[in-house]
Amino acid sequence: MTLTLGLTSLFLAFACALYASVAALIAGPRKLNAWIDSARNAAILTWPLLTLASLAVIIMLVQGQYQVEYVSDVSSLAMPWYLKVTALWGGQAGSLLFWSWLMSAFASAAMLRRWDRDRSLMPYVIAVSMITLAFFILLCLFVENPFRRLWLSQATGEVNPALFQPANSTLFTPQDGRGLNPLLRHPGMIIHPPMLYLGFVGFVVPYAFAVAALITGRTDDEWIRTTRRWTLVGWLFLSLGLILGGRWAYDVLGWGGYWGWDPVENAALLPWLTGTAFLHSVMIQEKRGMLKKWNMVLIILTYALVIFGTFLTRSGVLSSVHAFAQSAIGPLFFGFIGITFTISMSLLFWRWDSLASETQMDSLLSREAAFLLNNLLFLGIAFATLWGTIYPLISELVTGQKITVGPPYYNRVNGPLLAILVLLMGIAPLIAWRKASFKSLSKLMWIPAALTIPTLILFYFLGAAHPVALGAYAITAFVGYTTLSEFARGMVARMRLGENPLIALINLSARNRRRYGGYTIHLGVVVMAFGVIGSNLFQTETQATLAQGETLSIGGFTLRFDSVALFPTNDNREVTRATVTVFDSSGRLIAELHPRRDFFLDSGQPMTIPGVRSTFGEDFYVILVDWQPIGSTGATFKVYVNPLINLVWTGGLIFILGTLVATWPDADEEKRYAAAPASTLATAGAD
Amino acid sequence: MAETIATSGTIAAKSGGRMKFIVGGLLIIAAIGYLIYTSIGSTQQYFFTIQELKERGSSVVGDNVRVSGAVIGESIQYDAQALELRFAVANVPADQKEIDALGGLAVVLNVAVNDPTAARMEVIYIGVKPDLMKGEAQAIMDGHIDENGLFHADTLLMKCPTRYEGELPTQAAP
Repeated sequence: MTLTLGLTSLFLAFACALYASVAALIAGPRKLNAWIDSARNAAILTWPLLTLASLAVIIMLVQGQYQVEYVSDVSSLAMPWYLKVTALWGGQAGSLLFWSWLMSAFASAAMLRRWDRDRSLMPYVIAVSMITLAFFILLCLFVENPFRRLWLSQATGEVNPALFQPANSTLFTPQDGRGLNPLLRHPGMIIHPPMLYLGFVGFVVPYAFAVAALITGRTDDEWIRTTRRWTLVGWLFLSLGLILGGRWAYDVLGWGGYWGWDPVENAALLPWLTGTAFLHSVMIQEKRGMLKKWNMVLIILTYALVIFGTFLTRSGVLSSVHAFAQSAIGPLFFGFIGITFTISMSLLFWRWDSLASETQMDSLLSREAAFLLNNLLFLGIAFATLWGTIYPLISELVTGQKITVGPPYYNRVNGPLLAILVLLMGIAPLIAWRKASFKSLSKLMWIPAALTIPTLILFYFLGAAHPVALGAYAITAFVGYTTLSEFARGMVARMRLGENPLIALINLSARNRRRYGGYTIHLGVVVMAFGVIGSNLFQTETQATLAQGETLSIGGFTLRFDSVALFPTNDNREVTRATVTVFDSSGRLIAELHPRRDFFLDSGQPMTIPGVRSTFGEDFYVILVDWQPIGSTGATFKVYVNPLINLVWTGGLIFILGTLVATWPDADEEKRYAAAPASTLATAGAD
Repeated sequence: MAETIATSGTIAAKSGGRMKFIVGGLLIIAAIGYLIYTSIGSTQQYFFTIQELKERGSSVVGDNVRVSGAVIGESIQYDAQALELRFAVANVPADQKEIDALGGLAVVLNVAVNDPTAARMEVIYIGVKPDLMKGEAQAIMDGHIDENGLFHADTLLMKCPTRYEGELPTQAAP
């Protein structure tokens, strides 16, 4: 019953999406408003239908209907209910459905907005978002269907999954499912995929508007203004997803790090990089009427990378710790990316002349030029990352030999590029539009530069006596001070009017949300950079096998192994939990930690959970590697000291806060926007 | 006349302005390209099958390579004191199509481990034994082979096909 309802809803959603795109494409050029409205309604309807389909899968997961292939793949009796619910995105078929559901939510929300300003764009926005949605529902229906059941063939005795009952077979119901991959049973993993997917689908909306602008020839800035908030929301979720993914890796994967340049991590980073370039360069289009073609290229690239990212995560073409099962969806994805990319680029060339710049770049030392350099660096990093990710495939195609590159490659290429990008992030906001002078620039920079020197001396005495680290810290500190000085300048101006510092800061940010939200994001990046530099260059590690009562020392800390206990849990795990005591250099007891190892009996897979003592300065991170059978007393530990790693997470929070400030609707701005005719908006609201 | 000169002068200045952006942009792109090119060259790693590694013999001794193989369960020896892990791996094809044609990764790994004629290689790894290190798991290793044919793995990544999807449960309810 549930299954029939879910499957029918999924099929109807597919029909709606197909109908909406075809109707919109036919009615759009002919201005058949009734048909366009009908297409719009069909597009809106996909959301309730996919909600039903997703709910059906969730109900089957919670009820434990193990005759359904997907349910027996990703859930088991022993799993708590909330994990059963989140198992919706624990496997391939379910996560494609979930992706479609989020996509339809965004598309429906876009359909429900006020369209009086840009009605001519609507049919094509419907078409683009619904074609994307139809593609994902197609995968869900015909390639990876979460509603397939297991059938036992009477003739051969084999069990095979099928949507409908094959001849001479009976329904096959396993007693229990295999359960969700234990590595995915973590709070970070419960919210990380939805965040990432929200980020992915968020970028589909600006892309749909961009294509609509190209088709209709309304290539002014309207599509950028309309989608600014959509882009920011997508970007916010993508950033959150990346940060949470890093946190999950740090908490669960037990290698003491948070980013490994794994293909799947790269897949999520790529659209973030081009999306970030896009967010910056649209400001030049709004302010100066330049880079129109470039912005089109960036959003088309971002969309292609979003689909490519989903493909990489879902197809297993590249070996990765994340790789899901191999599947037939690869070629389909590739075809879809190829077709959409070719069509978008053809449309762009068709409208090439109408996208000419309204003004010229004047000087190499100008805000515009700084933005341009920012874009080049972001795209450079994106290209280097993409190249490294697909290099094994390319080399195999060209030479027949699979050649891979690992983290050293990414660190060598992206390290310096990121350092320049961070430096630029500090200087660019100080450079005037059109033409700046070195004199005015140095006037703004001398205080931050002067403050950087004592900071570096402090870092030197705190132990960062490493030339690369000092160089990196110098850039980061300088950028931190320039960004703060931007806040200070604005606050001082307001304080002259009699506001106290806090009120001045709040008013300043509230009146210019985009600008000061952006600066807050920059500050978040600075804080994260401190953490990344510290935890990468100064991480120390050691490993040892200790008898009960024995100790090991690392970085001024002493760890004593006290005991190890083995016990089963009622959700089918066998837990080995060690107790260790940590002392500081003066011998004072500072923490008791419990690194443990959970063995999941249903999947036969262990999971290592570190014991972590976290302070602002560093993390003391202990992994229980191995232990002697009961009765004996030895256990092996691996210990990391990760300096400044908490700044990565703190910076992440500041980053997200800044994005929220920049995204938050501004009532004044909305009013100005609603009141003004489209043509006079060319310079409003941008900085 | 004077006006004409002035106009053409501005045009020249403008195209000159454009020029310096194009040259600057190309220089930056070239620098990034060069950085990528040299970094690939110095960090790239060949991905061999065990068969290929054995065939190449002494020509690859000491080279940084990536190898994947099926872990032979009974060969796993782990010294927790010294954190020394030794095991043997059997040759598996690297080509995904070939693996699919043979019935998927789980089948390929199972066949490789039970095939006495498949090329085999001894591996030593100093470090923590990965959670997924067990028979018929796929080990993906970065490291080098020495003159005795022993592979020194610097990193070890395990992949277990059975823990993901694709295999059907065997226990039936009555």
